[in-house]
Amino acid sequence: MKQMTYLEAGREGLAEMMREDTSVWALGEDLGRGGVFGQYHGLQTEFGKDRIADTPISESCILGSAVGAAMMGTRPVVEMRFSDFALCAVDELVNQAAKARYMFGGQTRVPMVVREPSGLWRSSAAQHSQSLEAWYAHIPGLVVVMPSTPADNRTLLMESIRCDDPVVYLEHKSLWDFEGPVDDGAEILPIGKARVARPGKDVTIVSWSAMFHTSMEAAEGLAAKGVDAEVIDLRTLWPWDKKTVFESVCKTGHLIVVHEAVQVGGFGAEIAASVTENVFSDLKSAPLRIGAPRIPISYAPTMEDEVRITAEQIIEKTLNRVGK
Amino acid sequence: MMPTKNFDQRRYAQLFKQMCRIRAFERAAINAKNEGLVLGAIHPSIGQEAAAVGVCENLNKDDILLSTHRGHGHTLSKGADPSAMMLELLGKEGGNCAGKGGSMHIADFSVGMLGANGVVGANINIAVGAAHAIKLKGENKIVVCIFGDGAINRGPFLEGLNWAKVYNLPILFICEDNGYSATTHTKETTAGGGPVVRAQSLGIKAETFDGNDIITVDQAAQDYIERVKKSGPHLLHFLTYRLEGHTSTDPAAYRPDGEADGKWSNDPIARCRNLLVEDGVSAEQLDKFDNEATAEMTRVYKIARDASFPPALDAYKDVQDIGNPQTEAF
Repeated sequence: MKQMTYLEAGREGLAEMMREDTSVWALGEDLGRGGVFGQYHGLQTEFGKDRIADTPISESCILGSAVGAAMMGTRPVVEMRFSDFALCAVDELVNQAAKARYMFGGQTRVPMVVREPSGLWRSSAAQHSQSLEAWYAHIPGLVVVMPSTPADNRTLLMESIRCDDPVVYLEHKSLWDFEGPVDDGAEILPIGKARVARPGKDVTIVSWSAMFHTSMEAAEGLAAKGVDAEVIDLRTLWPWDKKTVFESVCKTGHLIVVHEAVQVGGFGAEIAASVTENVFSDLKSAPLRIGAPRIPISYAPTMEDEVRITAEQIIEKTLNRVGK
Repeated sequence: MMPTKNFDQRRYAQLFKQMCRIRAFERAAINAKNEGLVLGAIHPSIGQEAAAVGVCENLNKDDILLSTHRGHGHTLSKGADPSAMMLELLGKEGGNCAGKGGSMHIADFSVGMLGANGVVGANINIAVGAAHAIKLKGENKIVVCIFGDGAINRGPFLEGLNWAKVYNLPILFICEDNGYSATTHTKETTAGGGPVVRAQSLGIKAETFDGNDIITVDQAAQDYIERVKKSGPHLLHFLTYRLEGHTSTDPAAYRPDGEADGKWSNDPIARCRNLLVEDGVSAEQLDKFDNEATAEMTRVYKIARDASFPPALDAYKDVQDIGNPQTEAF
C-alpha cells in the first residue's frame, strides 16, 4: 500500500496508462513544466515531447485536435488547465467530441479524456473557480467523472483513458494535496458505481468531489447529535449510480444532496427528482439540496465564503430536515 | 488554360466524368429535396466541382479528407459509394451514417473521409489533430482539410494553422472560396488580404489559383501534396463560385442581377468539356459520359427512394458505451 496525494495519484495513473498503451498521449499548456499544478511533473522526461505535448494557448485547437487524433486511433488526454477555460472549446466538446460517433452512425469512436481542474480555490474569483459538472451531465455522449480521493484519482483516470467514450474528468483543485492510500488492494469500483463511504441508518447524504469530504465531516458532527448519516460518494455523474442511492434512501427515508456548484439547475436537482419519482413512498421528508447561491464567485474571502458550503451548514440543514 | 501538347486527354476525361457524377448526384438530390424526400437542408456545390475532383484525384485511399457542410462533391471524389450517400440524405437505412447525420454530416471512414461538419471551420482543428496522430504514429499519409472562405474568420483558422506549423504536420489546407459566407459577400466582412496572406503570416506557404480550371487545380494539388509530404503544412486558395444558393431552397436573391448568369460561362464542367473538345474528343463521347453519370445517380436516387427508414429504436445506438442509453436514457 502506498500513501499518495490526489495530485500524485493522478500523475501515477496517467504514467501507468502511458507505459501500458503507446497510443496514450497528453496535450495541453505548460505540460513539459509539469502543468499548472504539477500534475504532469517529470512525465515529459520519461515519455518525451511528442507524448507529453506542450501546446499553444489555443483551447479550441487543444480540444478539437484531440477529437481528430482520437478518431485516428490515438488516446489523447487533454489538459484544460482550469475547467473555466474549457468554455473556449464548447463547440469542440459538445458538438464534435460528444456527437462524432453518433452523427457518423458508429463509423468512429472518440476515446479521449478531458481533464478539467474544477472548483473553489482561495481567491481565484469568477473565472477560475467554477463547478460546471451539471452542464456536462446534460450532454448525451459524454461520461462525467469527479474523483474525490487519491485512490479514485488514479483508478478512475485509468478507467477513463481505457474507455472508448469522451470523458470529462473534473479534478478538484482544493484536493491536490489531499493524501490517502492508493493501490492498496481494495476493490476497484468501475465508472458509474458509487461508494457508500460511511454506512448509516438515519439519513442519506449524496455528494461528490471536494464536497464529499465536507459531507463526511458533517456526518461526524451529526453522529455527535445522535443522527447516523449514510454518506455516498457518487464518483461519476454520468452514468450515476441510482441503485445505490435509491437503496440508501429506501433505508433511511431522507435524502440530502450536497454540491459546490450553483444549486439552481444543479445535478442535485436531478438526483432529488429521480428519488422523488422512483422511491417517493419510502421518503419520510422532501429531498433537500444544498448548493451554492446563484451568484458568481468573488475574490474577497468574505464574499467568496458566501458560496462555500460548510459542514456546519450541512449539519444544521440536515437536523432541520430529519426533525431532530 | 488551353490544352497544351502535353495535355493528358485520358486523365482529364476521367476528371470530367467525376465532375459530371458530382453534378448529377447533386441534381438528383435537389430533385429529391423538391419532392420532399430529402427532409433536411442540403448545400449543393454546383459550380465548385473542380476543386473536389482535382484535389481528391491526387490522394491515396488511405489519405484523410475532412470537408464542410457543402461536402457531397468532396465525399464522392474520395471514393464514397453514392448509394450510401443518397440513402443518408433521405435518412434511410443503409446510409453512410445510418440515417443519423444527413447531408451536413456525410462521412465515409472506409475511404478516409472523416466527415462533413455542420459547424463552419470546426473541421480545421479536427483535421489538425488527425495530422497530429499521423505524425505521432509515423505513418506516411497526409490530411486534406477543405473549408470555405467564411471559415477564415473563425478562431479555428488561426488556432489550427498555427498548430499545424508549430508541430510541422502533414496537412494541406484548402480554402474553396466561392465568394459568399452563407448569404453575405465575404469581402464585406473580411479585413485584410484573405486566407493566403493570413497563412503566410504564420510561415505557411500559400497561393491562390483558379479553382474552376481543372488543369490548374490538378497541377496545384499535385505540387502541394508533394510539398506537404516533404515539409509540412501548406494552403491552397481556390477561387470558384457557388452557381446556386446557400441551400437548395435559397433563391440567392441577394446576389446582384446577372451575377450568376455571367458565371455560368466559367462553370468548371463546361470549361473542362471545352478543353476536351479542343483536344479532339467528340461531343457525343462527352455527352455519353454525362448521360452515364445521370443514369448512375438516377439509379442511386431510386434505391434511396425505395429504401426504408431506420427503426426508431436505432436512435439509442452509438451514443456511448458507458452510460449507454440503450440501458438507461433517463
